[in-house]
Amino acid sequence: MSIGFFNYWVFIILLMIGLYTVMSRSNLIKKMIGLSLFQISVFLFYISMGKVSGGTAPIVVENITDGVAPVYSNPLPHVLILTAIVVGIATTALGLSLVVRIRESFGTIDEDEILEMKDGA
Amino acid sequence: MLSLSSQYPILVAIVPLMAAPICALLRGKTAPWAFTTITSACTFYISIQLLFSVASSGPISYELGGWAPPWGIEYVVDLLSGFMLVLISGISTGVLLYARESITKEVAPQQLGLFFTAYLLALTGMLGISITGDAFNVFVFLEIMSLSSYALIAMGERTDRRALTAAFQYLIIGTVGATFYLIGVGLIYLMTGTLNIADIAARLPEIEGTRPILAAAGFIVIGIGIKLALFPFHVWLPNSYTYAPNIVTAFFAGTATKVGVYLLIRFIFTVFGENYSFGELGLTDILLPLGVLAFLTMSSVAIYQTNIKRLLAYSSVAQMGYIILGISLASESGLTAAILHIFNHAIVKTGLFLSLGCMFFVVGSTYLKDLEGIGKRMPITTFGFVLGGFGLIGVPLTPGFISKWYLVVAALEKGSIIGYSLVALLMISSLLAVLYIWRVVEVAYFRDPPDSVVKREAPMSLLVPTWIFILGSFYFGIETSFNVGIAKVAAAFLMGGA
Repeated sequence: MSIGFFNYWVFIILLMIGLYTVMSRSNLIKKMIGLSLFQISVFLFYISMGKVSGGTAPIVVENITDGVAPVYSNPLPHVLILTAIVVGIATTALGLSLVVRIRESFGTIDEDEILEMKDGA
Repeated sequence: MLSLSSQYPILVAIVPLMAAPICALLRGKTAPWAFTTITSACTFYISIQLLFSVASSGPISYELGGWAPPWGIEYVVDLLSGFMLVLISGISTGVLLYARESITKEVAPQQLGLFFTAYLLALTGMLGISITGDAFNVFVFLEIMSLSSYALIAMGERTDRRALTAAFQYLIIGTVGATFYLIGVGLIYLMTGTLNIADIAARLPEIEGTRPILAAAGFIVIGIGIKLALFPFHVWLPNSYTYAPNIVTAFFAGTATKVGVYLLIRFIFTVFGENYSFGELGLTDILLPLGVLAFLTMSSVAIYQTNIKRLLAYSSVAQMGYIILGISLASESGLTAAILHIFNHAIVKTGLFLSLGCMFFVVGSTYLKDLEGIGKRMPITTFGFVLGGFGLIGVPLTPGFISKWYLVVAALEKGSIIGYSLVALLMISSLLAVLYIWRVVEVAYFRDPPDSVVKREAPMSLLVPTWIFILGSFYFGIETSFNVGIAKVAAAFLMGGA
């Protein structure tokens, strides 16, 4: 395993932990935590691919003293992932508010207990 | 001065988007509904104008903010996306005409403003997906559509609290699907350095043998497959459709999954190209069995349902199977059948859900046991349902027959034993459709209604839009030049290697 792909390996591991949590837990809050982890791992993937080796922050430098034009990292994936972060927050907020409503009407947030009810999911 | 018509591509998405927050401020029973209907009618008008101009003078490209593609976001209207715009905004407007009385029975009056806000956002998302030419922009619109649809489905809570768990289940599965799509787009960006769909398509052939592109294609097909309820990923659909408010079900049945199919067609034919998709990627071997399994198993499951809404939901998954089968045949005639069936099924299924909504409005239930003798109690509504059912089965003169005809032709073109067995399987599936529609007919006409109830029809405001869809479906089943014509040209354009 090349250490050069460290970020990508972390992305895959986080992705799998998140997906596993979503599938294996019956507690709806834990499912939401897994789902958030699942989404956040993708942020890491996008941010990693924006990195250019030796690159600096993508802000235009006016006065280059040593005559060498600076190398910039790619800002676009960062911008994209800002959008995806907003989407992730909206999803989490909506998911948690649904859990609140489920708790109010079913009296539990455990998926297995809801399934046992006569008119459960 | 810029003329307004040159701004139509952005207006079609931005009008409902800007209308949504205004709608949230409106109060009362009528104001939010009237505002939403007018907005939706505006988008319908703009969509028709766009489709006409595309049909007469070729694809339109619109640069957002004046930034030239591939740097800026580009909106592209070609024949297929124009067709989708008209379909989505048309169904939305038709369903809204029906909505005023239907929704007050299912959603609390003080929530109506927010309900229609979510409706407008869902409409924005679908129109945006159809029109955008930017792969990341698709993700944004996909999530606008999905998040508002989770909220809309949860609004069915007043009728049945299972709407909440159905919405939660859809949220989990839908988010996983959207995230897969996001990973796929990320991998493509990593390899090509661009997000513009046309630009990606131009650059992919050089690197299409590489593993990241293979992974990207996998992630994108699975991600979209979840959104369109491709057979093994369909579990969210029956629950969501069953417990959502009736107009939401009618709206989504005609549009939400169809948008997913549109995206799949876009990626298979425009982005990856049919040579790569069906050659190296081997999508025929994956999609064809899944499509066949979808219509065989889901039609069988539909026969055993006790709730008509759930029965129709399973039938929707089955009909998606036909569309997927058409795509997987990898031929121009197969694609024509798929595009045609997107349109035909959307009209028929919306009409069916609307007539079921009429029954719910009067009886307060969609369970078969509560609808005994409904054919005598609500003859006009029930007759509409039966005519819609003919469309699902594929009786001649209905649009279902037209699209099945094209599908059979495409399967026969494939020749060999596979083609013939596909035709046989299509016939079996149609027979299964006869069975599940017959179950409703039997309960509706051959059982006596309970003694206490009197004959009572749904109000005209519900019946008229329902019959518009039912009669409209027959119109497009007999006078097929519009839908068949566009499907043929669009398929030829996509296969022509755009």
